[in-house]
Amino acid sequence: MSTVRLPSVLRSQADGQRAVEVEGATIGAAVQALVGRHPGLAEQLLTPEGEMHRFVNVYLNGQDVRYLAGLETPVGEQDEIRLLPAIAGG
Amino acid sequence: MNSPADFQHGAQAPVREIDPPEADKRRSAGVTLLDVREQVEWDAGHIPGAAFIPQGELPGRIEAEFPDKDQQIVLYCRSGARSGRATQLLQGLGYTDVVNMTGGILAWAEHDLPIDSPASLTPAQQSRYSRHLLIPEVGTAGQVKLLESKVLIVGAGGLGSPSALYLAAAGVGTLGIVDFDVVEASNLQRQVIHSTERLGAKKVDSARQSIEALNPDVKVITYDEMLLADNVERIIKGYDVILDGTDTFETRYLLNDAAIAAGIPVAHASVFRFEGQLTTFVPYEGPCYRCLYPTPPPPELAPGCSVAGVLGVVPGIMGLLQANEVLKVLIGMGEPLVGRLLLFDALDASFSELRLSRDPKCPVCSDDARAARERGETINLPVFAEGAFVLGGPGVR
Repeated sequence: MSTVRLPSVLRSQADGQRAVEVEGATIGAAVQALVGRHPGLAEQLLTPEGEMHRFVNVYLNGQDVRYLAGLETPVGEQDEIRLLPAIAGG
Repeated sequence: MNSPADFQHGAQAPVREIDPPEADKRRSAGVTLLDVREQVEWDAGHIPGAAFIPQGELPGRIEAEFPDKDQQIVLYCRSGARSGRATQLLQGLGYTDVVNMTGGILAWAEHDLPIDSPASLTPAQQSRYSRHLLIPEVGTAGQVKLLESKVLIVGAGGLGSPSALYLAAAGVGTLGIVDFDVVEASNLQRQVIHSTERLGAKKVDSARQSIEALNPDVKVITYDEMLLADNVERIIKGYDVILDGTDTFETRYLLNDAAIAAGIPVAHASVFRFEGQLTTFVPYEGPCYRCLYPTPPPPELAPGCSVAGVLGVVPGIMGLLQANEVLKVLIGMGEPLVGRLLLFDALDASFSELRLSRDPKCPVCSDDARAARERGETINLPVFAEGAFVLGGPGVR
């Protein structure tokens, strides 16, 4: 099980939870598992084609997965996935 | 530690020496003099035009700052002893034309050769900034640097209010403030530069009033206008650092693109409810805003503070962290958040740090984009997805 940490802007679609434990051997599988459990997140995270939106960054243990293997990046037990959409408030 | 090449150059090779009048002749002919003393000694007076790297920092910095190992460098310190050892060190690193100045700056002064005395502070400034002057990393030189610096704060709102107050208190000599809005009651829960009695006043005027009351050393330049594509270049021109306190994606991208083109670092923060994100964009040294977020989210997925709310202290905390970044960049101390994104969560009272990378395909700051810009070509920025990104939205607030 890896942990997906959710920022405020996504929590309302995940019963207010700040972190969710998910199964999944890759980033893509973990995100699918998350969306399977909280379908309201689908629109915020995924394009209709099932790709991650460009405005949501995904970090595995602090590293941007765009510079790892994207959705194919392997995820291990105890790993921390962080979903980070852009926010503009100032 | 020593490779054969090191032995060949010889860490123990004899050090060539010249006296101060000869060093001065070479200085006039364009040879670099390198001061290897400590910061406080440098601050107290140094040879005009000299470079400065403290002896202890030479191994880590010399090759980056003086990549040409055949360039002539004349080293000096207080009396000639430290610079003698530093000259040996540089020879060991493969520098072929390094020379020690005998007698150091003491002998230089005895020959009545010129010394740059430190810029000085008035007695009132020495008293006002005494807590800065006590810190070696700031000191008189750092404080003078702040007083000579120009910082542009875009948005006199949640982030801009605390940062403007603290940068003014710190003695940043010129503060530009950009905002087209007026002070509203709903601003006062966090925008501490404004006040109840100034409800309805222009935010730039209200900010000016608070800054001038706090520190008369600060010159305030106000821009009572929305930051747009056709004024951004004019507004940011000449500033040393920009603090992004805007509240829309439009202005954030606009500011990013213009700041990269102008080569100006941006201290960036954004907030949402209990959370903040912070980083510092230094053009071409680290990633830019488009590397971090290539496209903005559609408006319905990214509500601003006026819709979603924000805990008032969050922009306060993030704004001060931005001001901290600005001070570090201006003084050249510490490690600015270049290539690092700091996340703050007020509920956990936790900070996390993520690594950011320059996007090699970034349309604004990649090597290709930079080369095109330097050739004078216009950069065509990508049209944002599904028309979600239209310039001229609600603008800076």
